[in-house]
This record gives sequence, structure tokens and C-alpha cells, in this order.
Amino acid sequence: MMMGPMLSEARQAMGANRLRTLLTMLGMMIGVGAVIMMLAVGQGARDSVARSIASMGRNLFVVLAGSATASGVRLGTGNVPTLTVADAQALAELPTVGAVAPVLPGAAQIVHGANNWGTSVLGTTPRFLDVRGWRLSAGFPFNDSDVRSATQVALLGQTVVKNLFGDEDAVGKIVRIGKSPYRVTGILAAKGQSVDGRDQDDGVLIPVTTAQRKLFGSQFQGSVRFVVVRAASAEAMPTAERDMTQLLRQRHRLAAGVDNDFSVRNLTALVSTAAETARTMSLMLGAIASISLLVGGIGIMNIMLVSVTERTREIGIRCAIGARARDIRLQFLLEALILSVVGCLVGVFLGVGGALAVSAVARTAVVVTLSSVVMAFLVAAGVGIFFGFYPADKAARLKPMDALRYQ
Amino acid sequence: MPGAPFIRLTHLGKHYETRAGPVPVLKDVNLDIEPAEFVAIMGPSGSGKSTLMSILGCLDAQSGGTYALEGRDVGTLSRDQLADLRNRVIGFVFQGFNLLPRATLLNNVALPLVYARVGRSERLARAREMLERVGLGPYTASLPDQISGGQQQRVAIARALINRPRLILADEPTGNLDTRTGQEIMGLLRQLNADEGITVVLVTHDPDIATHAQRLVHLVDGQVAEDGPLPRRAAGSRAR
Repeated sequence: MMMGPMLSEARQAMGANRLRTLLTMLGMMIGVGAVIMMLAVGQGARDSVARSIASMGRNLFVVLAGSATASGVRLGTGNVPTLTVADAQALAELPTVGAVAPVLPGAAQIVHGANNWGTSVLGTTPRFLDVRGWRLSAGFPFNDSDVRSATQVALLGQTVVKNLFGDEDAVGKIVRIGKSPYRVTGILAAKGQSVDGRDQDDGVLIPVTTAQRKLFGSQFQGSVRFVVVRAASAEAMPTAERDMTQLLRQRHRLAAGVDNDFSVRNLTALVSTAAETARTMSLMLGAIASISLLVGGIGIMNIMLVSVTERTREIGIRCAIGARARDIRLQFLLEALILSVVGCLVGVFLGVGGALAVSAVARTAVVVTLSSVVMAFLVAAGVGIFFGFYPADKAARLKPMDALRYQ
Repeated sequence: MPGAPFIRLTHLGKHYETRAGPVPVLKDVNLDIEPAEFVAIMGPSGSGKSTLMSILGCLDAQSGGTYALEGRDVGTLSRDQLADLRNRVIGFVFQGFNLLPRATLLNNVALPLVYARVGRSERLARAREMLERVGLGPYTASLPDQISGGQQQRVAIARALINRPRLILADEPTGNLDTRTGQEIMGLLRQLNADEGITVVLVTHDPDIATHAQRLVHLVDGQVAEDGPLPRRAAGSRAR
């Protein structure tokens, strides 16, 4: 019953000093806007990390062919053909391992009609899609018999399709990779950028045998550069790493004390680091933005204190006609609350608009979540009540006679 | 408490604390006011008239003695109970009108009802009725600075009356008004006193204004120096 007249009085009081009201709200608008924008940028970063985790596949290992030491010169990993398709098949037998695909990467020029495009070509098996969690947006993957007979078939990434075919349907078409024709059996679904910013859609998959025998050639029969492995589960990852190392040392007949001629890398650990970084960044951005919210709150407190002093006589009049301390307190609290909530509403629009602008200008993913808006709103209301309470209480504690005599 | 006077002040004292020590303003005021009396309080400036009024209006607390209003010792009441008294029992009329400048006349008059938790429609209906009664029916939507001083004081009286008080405290109500308007305001107060039995306590320095009362209390140096009945002049007569 009291809220109606109090709201309209608050509106009058704030309307009487529009510029001041606006400036007070401005602090809140900037604070809330900044919080929402920063949370959106942070969320965008986290989402893109999460997406790249999803596109990379979960519980992922890469087993790289070994580094060789020849006459004291240590070569980088993958330079010595120590891994083979047979190794990959053996790894797949381990109980802690879910799926395995050998990979022989290389670069090649792809031609279709008048268009050509240089891209990376991965020779692998159908299991590769399973390990990485990749899907097809059209067509079918090649199968094991394609691998056995080294068929000239290819799966194209979205970027490759765009560059060679434009909007045309690529499935079933023939492209030339290197010097030979390949039939396109399927198109890979879009995956976006990887953690390190590579375009994951710029690539072609062909059967590993085709790559070995026809496209790249290899002086070592059956050798591959690396093997991607998905562990049976996240819990199994440490065991899987140990099992794989043991098995490969056995298969490569390495005596105790001899270095591994391969290396096992846990990619998921890498990505969780990236995720952690993104999380820390968004937390830090949010914390910085929260400071501006705090400053906005102090601005409200400042103005409310001025307002209480200016309106001391009005408070006295209200006391004289029967206002209780709590009526006075509620009135000033309500004004502070309105200042912060209206400021917050505008701030939400500013924040969302700013986030969209940032995503347009910086071309980064920016995600405004409902929860961030709701949170900013609740915090703003809390700030209004918190910083409005002291001035309101000061007003409520004024002695009626002193207030009435105030000039 | 049957038989008790409407207002009873016993050995009432009030001093203000200053850096130089306590400054006494009221010293041992003893005063009984019966229901429906019209009392004028006069005295030189500094005699404690206004202080006495603010204590009577529960806006300030005495330093010593007791103040009983309708038999209740006001000194024992809580802040909220005092606010309630100011809301329901007492109506103030000030020299400076003390209307809220940003509120319409209607809202000014209705404000005490807001604090009395009266619903909106009843509040506005009663305020409108009260404004009509003081002759300002057409001005409900005006702001205080759009009307004359005499009209503003009428609005203040309407506000004082809206919650049907039993006591009106008028502190120099004609101080800011010209003589003719002042007499009109006094006529209004007299009428309320006579027709509705509302007790009126009036502070003034103008003897001519004081003649509207039935009883005159002279306050000198914080004490009651003289207290006696005034011959009530005939209603409608205008002293010039």
C-alpha cells in the first residue's frame, strides 16, 4: 500500500534533478555494461576452447614417431619412421584404449575444374573420425576395404569444399590430388579453429595406404608419422599411457635403458590448460569489471547523501505529519534502488551492445549468457540496497525538530 | 483517563546543550489545557514559545518534567508511537507553510494518510474533500508555488486536518501573511475549534491575532508569567 505513493515520490524526486540522476545512473550503467561485456568475452573464450576440445576429441593421445640420435645430432620427433600401421593395430588391442588411427600427414595441391587449393592431406583409417569425434555433413566415410585396397577416395573439409566447389555439391565428384584422381565420398562437418588458431576445416582425409603407396610414397613400408589414440575413458588415461609405452617398447625391441623411439603426448591435458587459462582470464575480466560496479555504487551513495542533506527540511515535514523512521528509510532506499536498477537496465543494453560490437570488430566469439545478465542485475540491486542503506538510515535517524529547523 | 486534562505539563524543562554548557530555554512550565480549548501563547522572542510548541507536537523531547497528552505520558513513548501521535492526534500549521514543493496540493494534503496506511482511493477522495472545505477545490493539481501564501496556508491547514486530529498546533500561522489573509486563516481555525471541538494551541507575537483565542498564556523567560481567559470576541468581527 505504501509502495505506490513512494514510487511516484521517488520518480518526482529524481525527475527534479535529471542531470544528477542521469550522471549517478551512468556509474551504474558503465559498471553493469562492463561486467556483462567482460563476462561475454570471457564466456566466448571458454566456449571456443570447449568447442576445440569437442572437435579434437576427448581423452586423446598422440603417439609420435621417434626422435633419432645419430652421431650426437638429435633430430625432432617424427623424423624416423619408427611407427607403423601394425603398431597402431597392436595399440588398439589394449583394454585401456578405445580407438586408434594411424596418420600419415602431408601437403598436396587439390584441383577441381579451374579451381585449385593447397591443403594438408591426412592418410588415415575410418577410425580417425571416431577418435577425433568428427562427423560428416554429407556423404559417407571411406571404409576398411578402401584402406585395404588403397582406393583413391577422399573426405574433404569445409574450407577445401568452399575453395574448390563454392556452393556446388562435392559428394561423388572427382578431384585431383597430386597427380591422381580421387572420388569425394563425404564432406566433414565444420569444426572451426583449433586451440592454437589453425583452421581445422582446411584438410582432406584419404586412406592411409593410398597416402603411403600413391600420394606421398614412403621408403619404409607401412610407416606412419603419428598415431592418434582415444583412451577407453578419462580415468583410464594414465594407465593407457603406461600400457602404450610398454607395448611399443616391446614391439620395437628396446632394451632397458634405451630411450623411447616414439613419444606419447596427452593432448587433453594441453587443452585443459587452455581451458584453465580461459577461465582465469574471464574471472579476471569479471573482477576488474566488478570494480567499476563498486565505483558506481559509491556514486549512488554519494548522491544519496547529498540528497538527504538537501532534503533535510522535507524529511522534517514528513516527520511532523507522522512519517515513521522506517517510512523515511524506505523512501530513500527505494530511490537508491531505482537509481541502481534503472542504471542496470540501461547497462544491460550497453553491455550486450558492447559485446556484439567487440565480436564484430575483434572477430572473436562473444557469448552473452542469461545467467550473466541476471547476475549483473542482482548484483546491481544489491549494490543499490547496500550503498543506499547508509544514507537512508542517516535520513531516518534525523531528529524531527532538527530536520524541520534545517535551513 | 476520565477527568484528566487534554494536555498536562508538569515542571516541564528544556535546555539545549552548547559548547558553553547547557542553555535553559524552558524552566518549570506548568500548564493544563482542556479539550476544545483555544489557547494563544505569547511572549517575547527567546521566551521559549517555539520550543514549547515543538515539545507539545512531540517533535522534540523535554529535558525535565512530564508531558501528558490525553493522560498518556509522552516521555515514555517510542519513536514510532510518537510518529503515530503526530499522524493521528496532532495537526501542525507552520509559519512557513512547509508544503512539499514538488507535490501537487492534492498529494500534499493526502500525505499524512499515506503514513496512516490509508488506501489510495480513500486517500485521494478525503484529500479532495478537504481541499474543497478550505476553498481550494479547483486547485488540486497545482503546485504550492503556483498559489498565494494565504492559499498555501489553507492547504497546510487542510493537511493538518485530514487525519481528523484532536489538537492543532499553529506556530505563527499568520506570520508570513498580510493582515486580511491572516484574519481569514484565524477565522478558519476558530471555526474548527468551535464546530468540531478541536483543541487549538496558537503561538503568536501579534496581540490582535491572539484575541481569537479564549485563553492567553504569557511566556516570559521560559516560564508561564500570566495565564488567563480572554473575552471571546463576537464571531465575524474583524479587528483592524
